[in-house]
Amino acid sequence: MKNIDSKVIEDTVARLCIEANLRLPPDVINAIESAEKAEPWDGAKRILSLLGDNVRIASEKTLPVCQDTGMACVFVELGQDVHIDGDFEEAVNNGVRRGYGEGYLRKSVVCDPLRRVNTGDNTPALLTVKLTRGDKMRITVMPKGFGSENMSALKMLKPADGFEGVKNFVLETVEKAGANPCPPIIVGVGIGGSFDKAAYLAKHALLRPVDEPNPDEYYAALESELMDKINALGIGPQGFGGKTTALAVLIEAMPTHVAGLPVAVNISCHATRRASASL
Amino acid sequence: MEYRISVPASEEELKKLRAGDSVLLSGTVYTARDAAHKRICECFDNGEPAPFELKGSAIYYVGPTPEHDGCCIGSAGPTTSGRMDAYAPRLLDAGLKIMIGKGNRSDEVVNSMIKNGAVYLAAIGGAGALMAASIEQAELVCWEDLGCEAVRRLTVKDMPLTVAIDSQGNDLYKLGREQYLKEVEK
Ligand code: SF4
Repeated sequence: MKNIDSKVIEDTVARLCIEANLRLPPDVINAIESAEKAEPWDGAKRILSLLGDNVRIASEKTLPVCQDTGMACVFVELGQDVHIDGDFEEAVNNGVRRGYGEGYLRKSVVCDPLRRVNTGDNTPALLTVKLTRGDKMRITVMPKGFGSENMSALKMLKPADGFEGVKNFVLETVEKAGANPCPPIIVGVGIGGSFDKAAYLAKHALLRPVDEPNPDEYYAALESELMDKINALGIGPQGFGGKTTALAVLIEAMPTHVAGLPVAVNISCHATRRASASL
Repeated sequence: MEYRISVPASEEELKKLRAGDSVLLSGTVYTARDAAHKRICECFDNGEPAPFELKGSAIYYVGPTPEHDGCCIGSAGPTTSGRMDAYAPRLLDAGLKIMIGKGNRSDEVVNSMIKNGAVYLAAIGGAGALMAASIEQAELVCWEDLGCEAVRRLTVKDMPLTVAIDSQGNDLYKLGREQYLKEVEK
């Protein structure tokens, strides 16, 4: 049994909110750089190189990489032998409040989806907790912008739609999204489970570094096939035409019902941000 | 082609811009998003003028992050322009010449641009730090209660933009992709 003080959780979440917004993860930066090298279209190359400049300027000037500093998606892997002193959820939200305040990040959350008054501090966090073995806690903050979130989609396919059905739905969703999610995009795909689990898988897939294929070869092959198909659509960086429409396709799958084939596509942008810490 | 344009720009200068050209924009640019557009149109409805001179003006669709002490603005990339489509034609009729944002525009907006000789320039979506680096000054004009959506007057220097839709209605979001597919993917 290990005790973790809720104040430590708060401090960590605050720090991660700031850290995540001021830089891109190294795997995403590498993906943008390699895409620039491989891009055959001049206009597209120029945009990709400006995206590289953007990341450098952000770190030099301590500015957020993107002005949509998003909703704070907080993923916690919680060891079952951990005891938390104090209120866990309150600690996470206090962390978000402090991080978005102290880090000069934009507050983009409204307290009600229809009555739409800004909460003023970017709370509440979108919190997901998963119990694990052991006595460690791992916290990941993924600020998620809504230009790309709004282009996401879910469909309950029929089992007979199979492999082809999944591919078509992913391509259709990317096609419809066009220039809106600030391409080059990163595509999270959740397959299986239920209506809600598929959406969760698609979002969770976005946590995986973009240079790590799915450990299951079957899905790794599907990822690479989809990636080629998406990058043959011609949408290109910012939708101005070019090869680099996506930097990665990340799939997560899980068991599902004999009668169903849920598929969710969670679109993320070149500003796919995440930061983690272990306690 | 690459052009340096200063606001206010002459009609001839704007007319020669073609979808796909690069522009380095300098001069005065106002910020406004949905909420500010709504209020500008309410001013029109009440027979009042907009809170800043629209004739020959440039508007940037942006809601920046808060500024640090000593900086004039935070991260300042464009927001999705489509949300302004319902309001844009009225502003164009009142003299707005340059719109800056990201993403597609409606046919109504494009038609109004052709009628009024206006252009739509795209800033790089998500490149908030890069765009901020070209902003030298920012001062509040009105509607502070809108927070990041308040109207500000920016002084920009060499802001890196791309002509997305020109004054003849050519649309890079369609043409760029078509050309790429024709020449590269075949
Ligand atoms: S879609 Fe992504 S890159 Fe574009 S504005 Fe939103 S958060 Fe930023």
